[in-house]
Amino acid sequence: MTDTRERARRVHFRGGGFAPRPVRLVGPAVFLVLVAAWEAGARTGVISPLVLPAPSEAVGALVELWVSGELWEHLAASLSRLLLGWVSGTVLGGLIGLAIGLFSLVRAGLAPLVAALFPIPKIALLPLFIIWFGIGEESKVALILFGTLFPTVIFTYGGVDNVDRTLIRMGQSFGLGWFSIVRKIILPGALPAILSGMRVSTAIAIILIVAAELIAAERGIGAYIQIAGSLFATDQLIAGVALLSVFGLTVNWMIARAERLLLRWRP
Amino acid sequence: MQLRIERLSHRYGDVAVLDDVCLVVDAGRIACIVGPSGCGKSTLLRLVGGLEEPASGQVLQVGEPPERSLNPLTYIFQDFALLPWRTVAGNVSLVLEDHGLSRDDREAIVGDVLARTRLADFRDAFPRQLSGGMKQRVAIARALAVRPAVLLMDEPLSALDSQTRELMMDDLVDLWKRENLTGIYVTHNLHEAVRLGHRIVVMSRRPGRVLETVEIDSPIWDRDPSDPALEITRQHLWTVMRDEARAVDLELTGD
Repeated sequence: MTDTRERARRVHFRGGGFAPRPVRLVGPAVFLVLVAAWEAGARTGVISPLVLPAPSEAVGALVELWVSGELWEHLAASLSRLLLGWVSGTVLGGLIGLAIGLFSLVRAGLAPLVAALFPIPKIALLPLFIIWFGIGEESKVALILFGTLFPTVIFTYGGVDNVDRTLIRMGQSFGLGWFSIVRKIILPGALPAILSGMRVSTAIAIILIVAAELIAAERGIGAYIQIAGSLFATDQLIAGVALLSVFGLTVNWMIARAERLLLRWRP
Repeated sequence: MQLRIERLSHRYGDVAVLDDVCLVVDAGRIACIVGPSGCGKSTLLRLVGGLEEPASGQVLQVGEPPERSLNPLTYIFQDFALLPWRTVAGNVSLVLEDHGLSRDDREAIVGDVLARTRLADFRDAFPRQLSGGMKQRVAIARALAVRPAVLLMDEPLSALDSQTRELMMDDLVDLWKRENLTGIYVTHNLHEAVRLGHRIVVMSRRPGRVLETVEIDSPIWDRDPSDPALEITRQHLWTVMRDEARAVDLELTGD
């Protein structure tokens, strides 16, 4: 006689995972623990002040900078260069990218050129720019313009290329004019890529402005870091670097806001 | 307005897709074009609406379109072709913006067509929030907004699930009844063809030629889907098409 009662086993769960979810407060906690360990290490002498100053000293340097009023001078100098260079580079890059996306002739002429010039580290060209535009603001603005131009061009025409062609045919089939199709179908369709390009170009702009100021400037966060470095005032150096980080975070936050506002329609 | 397709042939590079296609669609009639996949029926529709230029032959519009028609030849696409960044009302208004209408006129037309397609409550929704059937109704509303003389429909129900397709077929029958439209309806679904067409044109595999034309005389809105006469017609169409479809199935795809 066979056993009619087979052994029953529960089916094991083997799915799940691979789905990142937001976990609040962990990020700031990691940051705080690191800074606290650093501070403790400096106070107990494990970390020599010559190697790395305590965070509290860097904060002290920052407060000093603020009280003396120099903070605003440096910030204003860096920000104005950044804004001027980035805005003009982005506008120009957007127009060139759009032209490459729309016209085969422009694409054939300019796309290889852009591909050739994009990977050049633009900071290597600063001496040339100083010769062309002088040691003042112009050479730094030109450097940022040049540095932000190429990623913007590449992201813009990539975005235009990716616009759903059936939407364009739809526009034509309803008798929309050329400008209407560009303005109402192609530009909004390319906007996600253009905003991604802005993330890249703002990061490049911040790197370039500091590099330029390290080489030749009296004012600006880069200049502040450069002076601190040559005096081995490591607390000021850390303060300057922390300012740059805040800079980058702020820009990132602004672009994330813009994306949420402008790309609400995305699934 | 009558539509006359005369000796239309077309090729993509070395590949002939249409071969000497002739077809007349009388005003107020719906012609369904059926055929195996890749037979050039979608190409035919693009040629008819002027989205592509034929290699030879011509498409003629006979008679004047209604005076208030903004876009006599109007498409309804298989994948809806709605702008994802515009709301329902924005998508309809898009096709009115280049015609010099005042804002009030546009608003009035948008409100009217959304009411006619039962979308008035969804005017501020984005396409991502809508089901497939709703999206296609938005596309129909958009097409009605320009007061078309001829509707060119490229498998409008193919992207929908079968229940939604049934419901949408009823909607389309209502539409034919109310609007007295002329239309070309491309489909690979013979059930749709016998429900929605006055004239059914079966095309061969590539290069597409007209294999057979079948007329169904009963008024579309009186047709009962379970009517045995329709089923006989459908069976007949399938026997005409079956060998072609089987041959296509055994071909390597060119692209």
